[in-house]
Amino acid sequence: MTASTTTLAQDALPAVKLDRIPLLLLPVLALAALPLIGSFSTWVTLTFAGLAMGMIIFIIASGLTLVFGLMDVLNFGHGVFITLGAFLAVSVLGRMTGWTESPSLLRNLLAVLPAMAAAMVVAGGVGFAFERLIIRPVYGQPLKQIMITMGGMIVGVELIKVIWGAQAIPLPLPTAFRGSLLFGEAAVEKYRLISVVVGLSVFAVMFWVLSRTKLGLLIRAGVQDREMVESLGYRIGRLFIGVFVAGSALAGLGGVMWGMYQQTITPEMGGQINVLLFIVIIIGGMGSVGGCFIGSLLVGLVANYAGFLAPKVALFSNILLMVIVLMWRPEGLYPVGKR
Amino acid sequence: MKTPLLQLEGVHTHIGAYHILHGVDLQVMRGELTVLLGRNGAGKTTTLRTIMGLWQASSGSVRFDGEDISARTTPEIAHRGIAYVPENMGIFGDLTVRENMLLAARGAKRIEDIDGARLEWVFGLFPAMKRFWEHPAGLLSGGQKQMLAVARAIIEPRQLLLIDEPSKGLAPAIIQNMITAFRELKQTDTTVLLVEQNFNFARQLGDKVAVMDGGCIVHSGAMADLAGDEDLQQRLLGLSLAAHQ
Repeated sequence: MTASTTTLAQDALPAVKLDRIPLLLLPVLALAALPLIGSFSTWVTLTFAGLAMGMIIFIIASGLTLVFGLMDVLNFGHGVFITLGAFLAVSVLGRMTGWTESPSLLRNLLAVLPAMAAAMVVAGGVGFAFERLIIRPVYGQPLKQIMITMGGMIVGVELIKVIWGAQAIPLPLPTAFRGSLLFGEAAVEKYRLISVVVGLSVFAVMFWVLSRTKLGLLIRAGVQDREMVESLGYRIGRLFIGVFVAGSALAGLGGVMWGMYQQTITPEMGGQINVLLFIVIIIGGMGSVGGCFIGSLLVGLVANYAGFLAPKVALFSNILLMVIVLMWRPEGLYPVGKR
Repeated sequence: MKTPLLQLEGVHTHIGAYHILHGVDLQVMRGELTVLLGRNGAGKTTTLRTIMGLWQASSGSVRFDGEDISARTTPEIAHRGIAYVPENMGIFGDLTVRENMLLAARGAKRIEDIDGARLEWVFGLFPAMKRFWEHPAGLLSGGQKQMLAVARAIIEPRQLLLIDEPSKGLAPAIIQNMITAFRELKQTDTTVLLVEQNFNFARQLGDKVAVMDGGCIVHSGAMADLAGDEDLQQRLLGLSLAAHQ
């Protein structure tokens, strides 16, 4: 083989630029809220609360946005995996009260980690069955997808009621997770710090997989043009099942986190969070994990700032946020370049 | 004597309610570059997509290397050694040139796993790929994207390349570079089925030609025969080569 041709298309490309404006929204929003809140310590507390809430939402929503990006599947049944995760955590932690009530952080972690693992494994398994039985027959039929996934969630919630009952169940935090840490006059709940750490860890792992592995390349390529991915010889169906199972498992993990965040769980909790999830993935740009991350944090911060400053506005603050973002960027903060 | 690598016999394809291919019969011989010509809507792209399994043939057979692949899935067909460059090029715009190439190299987990000599050969054909290696493919010009699309198809040896209108929308200088690259490719005995509307481009590369109209092959033979017969060109394509030079 020999090199042959003359130089091709020597014109320079535009410089590679990261679109930083959506990233700047977070500090801008936080700094704008500071004078409105007035007290620095209250601002720190609210900001951490918002970031923690945002991180949990990200854990739950990241799978949902990838599922949409890969196969254009709008899964309105995602909430059932959240609920399932939370109830499994109740069952696991309920059998380990000796460990959760111990003041030892290590013993608490040794109770919570199996609960998280169980939630992820079972939610992932149920996600596999959900994809095979409910979603697969309606590929490419968006209206039917909406109807059948909502129906699937209703059935799932009723099954959860059969197993765990219809009543709200308390999910107390393990002893070492309770209380606050003081930073000057600002009190930050320990659990919120833990949520931020877990959320950042999930984001870091997801970022590494998506940017540094061939599997991640395939997922990113599939979100843009699944037909071309198939033409290159990869089975997008298998990739989709993998992403769906991983997304369901993450929703299960998020259910555990959200349940401990609320400290009470109900069979309807997944359905209630569903609205927030769709707001987040629409704000972020459907199919974009980076956009989902920024969108989740924005939603978390806005909910907490609005809850403090104007509780009545808090009821619709996230819808308002979505409207403003879409007026500015109709395809979301980081639109995915499709086909 | 050359044997056919790809054979279509009586292929019909429906897309929804539309009957697009009406019994396509086509042979692509090993080591040759066959050009599929025809006006817009003649069924050229549908033929490529049917071969690739992106649309299923409703009847007829598509035989590749002796095997009927008409019921195979697209990834299975790709694994048999067929590479496809679609009309829209199928570039992953959010991925870098390097990442696009890595995806196309199915056997490689990392770029280092790709055969270095082959990669250098591809860089020789398309120097812009080396220059913009770490750039997002979405920022490339139309010509560079086309080069990337072809480079991706040949990053690993394939038995057959299906290429849909590589000259479409390109400046003359870039088209000339494409012709040079395809000539080099032909020297490696790669079998190519090329869909084109630019007859001048096609004439310089094709060993064989097939002309489509109304979802059927209406002429097939040696490219030299069609290039040398203005009456035939006029009748089949509504043009004479002289008008395109």
